[in-house]
Amino acid sequence: MANYIPTTPAEVQEMLGAIGVKTIDDLFAEIPPELRLQGDLNIPEGMSEPEMTRKLTRLSQSNETVDDKVCFLGGGAYDHIIPAAIDHLLLRGDFFTAYTPYQPEVSQGTLQCIYEFQSLICGLTGMDQANASMYEGATATVEAINMATAQTRRNRVLVLQTVNPEYRRVINSLNTPLGAEIVSVPFEDGVVDPAKVHEMLNNQVAAVVMQYPNFLGCIEDIEKIAEVAHEAGALAIVVANPIALGLLETPGKLGADIVCGEGQPLGIPLSFGGPYVGFLASKKALLRRMPGRIVGKTTDIDGKIGFVLTLQAREQHIRREKASSNICSNQALMALNATIYLSLMGREGIREVAGQCFQKAHYLKRELAKVDGVTFPFTGSFFHELVVKIPNARKVLGKMAKHGVFAGIPLDNWFANLKDCVLVAVTEKRSKDEIDNYCNLLGGFING
Amino acid sequence: MAEPLIFDLSKDGCRGFTLPALDVPEVDPADHIPARFLREELPLPSMSELDVVRHFTRLSRLNHSVDIGFYPLGSCTMKYNPKVNENMARLPGFANLHPQQPEESVQGALQMLKTLEESLAEITGMDAITLQPAAGAHGELTGLLIMKAYHRKKGNHKTKIMIPDSGHGTNPASCSMVGYEVVNIKSDPRGGVDIEDLKSKLGPDIAGLMITNPNTLGLFDENIGELAHLVHSVDGLVYYDGANLNAIMGWTRPGDMGFDIVHLNLHKTFSTPHGGGGPGAGPVGVKKHLEAFLPNPRIQFDGKKYRLQTKCRESVGPVLGSLGNFLVLVRAFAYILVNGREGLKNVSAYAVLNANYMMQRLKKTFDLPYDRFCKHEFVLSGKGLARHGVKTLDVAKRLLDFGFHAPTVYFPMIVEESMMIEPTETESKGTLDCFCEAMEMIAREAAENPDNLKNAPTKTPVRRLDEATAARKPDINYFQKPE
Repeated sequence: MANYIPTTPAEVQEMLGAIGVKTIDDLFAEIPPELRLQGDLNIPEGMSEPEMTRKLTRLSQSNETVDDKVCFLGGGAYDHIIPAAIDHLLLRGDFFTAYTPYQPEVSQGTLQCIYEFQSLICGLTGMDQANASMYEGATATVEAINMATAQTRRNRVLVLQTVNPEYRRVINSLNTPLGAEIVSVPFEDGVVDPAKVHEMLNNQVAAVVMQYPNFLGCIEDIEKIAEVAHEAGALAIVVANPIALGLLETPGKLGADIVCGEGQPLGIPLSFGGPYVGFLASKKALLRRMPGRIVGKTTDIDGKIGFVLTLQAREQHIRREKASSNICSNQALMALNATIYLSLMGREGIREVAGQCFQKAHYLKRELAKVDGVTFPFTGSFFHELVVKIPNARKVLGKMAKHGVFAGIPLDNWFANLKDCVLVAVTEKRSKDEIDNYCNLLGGFING
Repeated sequence: MAEPLIFDLSKDGCRGFTLPALDVPEVDPADHIPARFLREELPLPSMSELDVVRHFTRLSRLNHSVDIGFYPLGSCTMKYNPKVNENMARLPGFANLHPQQPEESVQGALQMLKTLEESLAEITGMDAITLQPAAGAHGELTGLLIMKAYHRKKGNHKTKIMIPDSGHGTNPASCSMVGYEVVNIKSDPRGGVDIEDLKSKLGPDIAGLMITNPNTLGLFDENIGELAHLVHSVDGLVYYDGANLNAIMGWTRPGDMGFDIVHLNLHKTFSTPHGGGGPGAGPVGVKKHLEAFLPNPRIQFDGKKYRLQTKCRESVGPVLGSLGNFLVLVRAFAYILVNGREGLKNVSAYAVLNANYMMQRLKKTFDLPYDRFCKHEFVLSGKGLARHGVKTLDVAKRLLDFGFHAPTVYFPMIVEESMMIEPTETESKGTLDCFCEAMEMIAREAAENPDNLKNAPTKTPVRRLDEATAARKPDINYFQKPE
């Protein structure tokens, strides 16, 4: 109905005349009749813009959002405060209607943003180099593992059981077809004992994959684990939460060779799971193993500073089947989203976001400790997410949702031995009142 | 003057955003986290909100984009991105959903996804769709995993995939990622697949054929039915790279041509913005006999409620940490709703009209290696300019001076000095004429004043960049000076 085609009927005739055919159909004549679609596609007639808007608005309103409720859900995606300025900049057509910067002379905006993104990721993670971004956290981890198996020429990969179970599923789908053997390392008290990793290491192991803080919220001893990995000639891959890195020591200083993860916490809306942005950064020795786009700084023939896609000899459009990955895009717009977020928040802002997350999560824990029936299965350090054990957890979560609180993620989705355990995240966005209300409601439902 | 980096704009004490004050009693992190896990330095910039806004606004003005001008980048389908779709992706009821919310709280989102799956299945002629893959290359990987799972289940020992020499670079790279060997198939003099070459390489070890139709020359392969039949005869599967679907939508369907697996690029055909290189979405469709292998979770509707089904034993497993690039899918859904069945058919009609119109005009000035009706794009060769010492790259750079983006150059590799031009349906005849005039003027310049091309561009924010030094001494991180 509405359409985005500017050509007038008179122009169509003129164009057909220039081509030397009578109708547009003639241009499709070479499609054999038996392959031609007979009749129309079985989809509805087009709609006008206001009709479509009304339909989608209604559909969207049948969902309950994290703003209709109060959100204590985490597990890899977090409900942070997002500065308004970000979206105004993302809506500039010069950014979102451009494509991969194949012609750098007319793509300096996108290229410089990516260079800034790469540098920010290096600063946060303590790594030497980062790429222009990956699809999201899980697939970034898959690529990190590919880098490690290629570099070490080994195929076994130890993945701690405390790594996001959704990531572990994706790793199983995508890394095993290439011959990687994925072995999971069990945890105790919310973390993996480095001695256990040591026990399972040998000269077949390419890498140890760990998460920081881990999926259960606990701060894993990535320093010790990296150390034992290195002793066995394996690489240390750390999946990190970039907001936690506002408070926590860089994985780089603690011995990581590759740091990857999910950039959603950096000002990207929850979006029911995407689009997000993955990041991937590594130590210098792994530069030629990096997949995807990388932007470098250089000069033009007049000596003026400029930016280009570089080290392209690694990539699919040059190397075809010998490329370091098949990836050909990145998530440029979402990387830009993260870059603007980090610029607005800045050094003090990110420290404060991380600090408030830490404070509010610890406040929640102190308050929950006062609620009869609530226990904490794990004793270690945590950042902004923790596991809480609640009698009849699923039933209680259902009641909490009815009373306006998304209270947490039931962990028996993935861990059979964590029945009645719930993963609860607290960001800087939660107020004291919301946390107090959470504890009161929970106490009422457990004991009521 | 070059725009400074955020790090050079940083001023200690500046803040670009103020958080609400902390309202809970504070504890000392050092009492709860061992000191070796607490960081001291945090090398981020400090900027005011206005400085941030100006910085990124100024940077945006250094880009070419669809909103500024013609972007005939072949195989990328740089069509207009309707503004209303941006509004739809920002509806709070879509944008503010957590991926782990209870199913009953996201019924509208699941309904949208299911309906989109059904629309894409109808458009492609396939039986089932997964919306998970985040990009075209990711869709290829998913499709090939499905192919591998199929052969494993049947006990087939397959090691090789056939790909025409005109195929996209991602095709062979994706094959390598699932451990398949690539067998290149030659093109015939009409630009289609050389059937004899394919026959000579066909054998029991062939897992499948990966092909786009129309191909990267913009030409429809009339023999596709026979090609599919041949591959099926050795129990191979036929894979459709949907990068070029904008040529045939509503006219013919991959499913009817004999394809078993299809991936689509929603950021091409279905107008979701390219975003400077992403995010995209690369849904995959399959015929019934492959449905069980699709990634899980699958969205199911029991007549009352939408549910996520994760227990599919034969599934290749999830390929992404979520159900897909959801807000990209919302935009594509909005596009399909507005266009409807006639609109989508018109999209391809006008895309093909525009491409043929330009081709007829430009073939008078440039070499056209395959002179037959094209579909949504066509490939010219700049080899005729060699006598003036000018290359295709120079033509591309000179076009930038005229305010146009360059075509895709040096791809497909089977055409010497190639220029791949895809106008899309959303460009007016006036724009096409202006571009053709510029191309003709550049051809004249090549003969009369070749330095105009060799020195181009001169009117862009920067001129030709030193890519060799960039690769030899990589400066890719502000905090590390190149060696």
